Amino acid sequence: MEWTDDGIVLGTRRHGESSAIVEVMTRAHGRHLGLVRGGSGSRLRPMLQPGNTVRVVWRARLDEHLGNYAVEPLRLHGASQLAASHVVYGVTHLAALCRLLPERDPHPEVHDHLTSILDQLDEPRIAAVEMVRFELQMLAELGFGLDLGSCAATGSEDDLGYVSPKSGRAVSRVAAAPWQDRLFRLPAFLSAAVAPSSEDIADGFALTGYFLARHVLEPRGIAFADAREGFVAAILGRRSVARSAQ
Amino acid sequence: MPKATAGPEIERLIQLLARLPGLGPRSARRAALHLIKKREPLMAPLAAALQTAIDKIEVCRTCGNIDSQNPCTVCTDPRRDPSVIVVVADVADLWALERAEVLNARYHVLGGTLSPLDGIGPQDLTIDALVSRAHDPAVKEIIVALNATVDGQTTAHYITDLLHDAGVAVTRLAHGVPVGGELDYLDEGTLSAAIRSRTPL
Repeated sequence: MEWTDDGIVLGTRRHGESSAIVEVMTRAHGRHLGLVRGGSGSRLRPMLQPGNTVRVVWRARLDEHLGNYAVEPLRLHGASQLAASHVVYGVTHLAALCRLLPERDPHPEVHDHLTSILDQLDEPRIAAVEMVRFELQMLAELGFGLDLGSCAATGSEDDLGYVSPKSGRAVSRVAAAPWQDRLFRLPAFLSAAVAPSSEDIADGFALTGYFLARHVLEPRGIAFADAREGFVAAILGRRSVARSAQ
Repeated sequence: MPKATAGPEIERLIQLLARLPGLGPRSARRAALHLIKKREPLMAPLAAALQTAIDKIEVCRTCGNIDSQNPCTVCTDPRRDPSVIVVVADVADLWALERAEVLNARYHVLGGTLSPLDGIGPQDLTIDALVSRAHDPAVKEIIVALNATVDGQTTAHYITDLLHDAGVAVTRLAHGVPVGGELDYLDEGTLSAAIRSRTPL
């Protein structure tokens, strides 16, 4: 068995003294693990940092084997990402989100979106908007997509301002008026091309956080990694650090 | 099934030696043979040293270092500057910095770095102890000397956030071109970090 694909490194786990098991988000083969001989050594370790794009050649005798990766660098921005806290937290959180997907299940749109976010991670506001969109995309890929295109009550596609926590559907401002305090605010950047305010960004993460926790994390008995709160706090200029279990 | 070439005691010794870093089954066999041949001058003192280590070595309750006294030699050394704490991931990092002899500070060993992949969260590290040490009025600077990896720097930023209210200066090690490194062989991320951290000549 052999294939070649481009992928984004999500994480590395030391294996033995010098090798590493590397987790890569590939376009055609999904989230895929493989053994990199010498992957814990000083030559390959910089290349195998999360967020780097590499070309992998996977070889194994049988399809169900872990297999060996031969890796070649394509885009190494790992080291340049280390200085900004929102970038480091962002990369860690993106990797944690990708880990929600089943192994070896192709999600080319997720791969493409991931590539696009990593390219824009230096710009905090753009990164925040794209992160909210990525979380929405993850919900959709996992079968819990939100319907933010039309009002659940009136069917209208205009003046959408809220989201129902029960149905995950958008609600127009008029229809939401009696229950505003029980609904999530729909950030304007999700329905129109507008510059996001800090409030919009916080609303976006509150929205996706609620549905990810309810549909994906809680059924699996896991919680958000601290990196998510670190990312949001760094973007919004807050200094709060989650103390929750990973 | 291969025939046994030695008694169970020797096989057990070889198996245990093979679990040491840097030793495979073949080199463990050589080491075992060497120890058996040098029973009096080497094997007995080694066994005694191992037993003493088991009995006496502890993790320092202040900094997380390992030593035969608690608090450790580093923490009790009055010549060390009590105003600077160097945060390292592991005891091996502490030893590396001590070998370099560039610091006369005290240390704090975290016991690893945050790693969602390995399931290591803040509760698995000695971060709370570090925060309480940082609130000591005698402490003026915390040097975060963690690996230049995404896990290491995520931990560094996490610690920096927690220390924000402690009233101490938080610094980190520089990232860039290693001594002996050739620019042609460096990845673009490291080069970009080096350019950003350039200093006047």
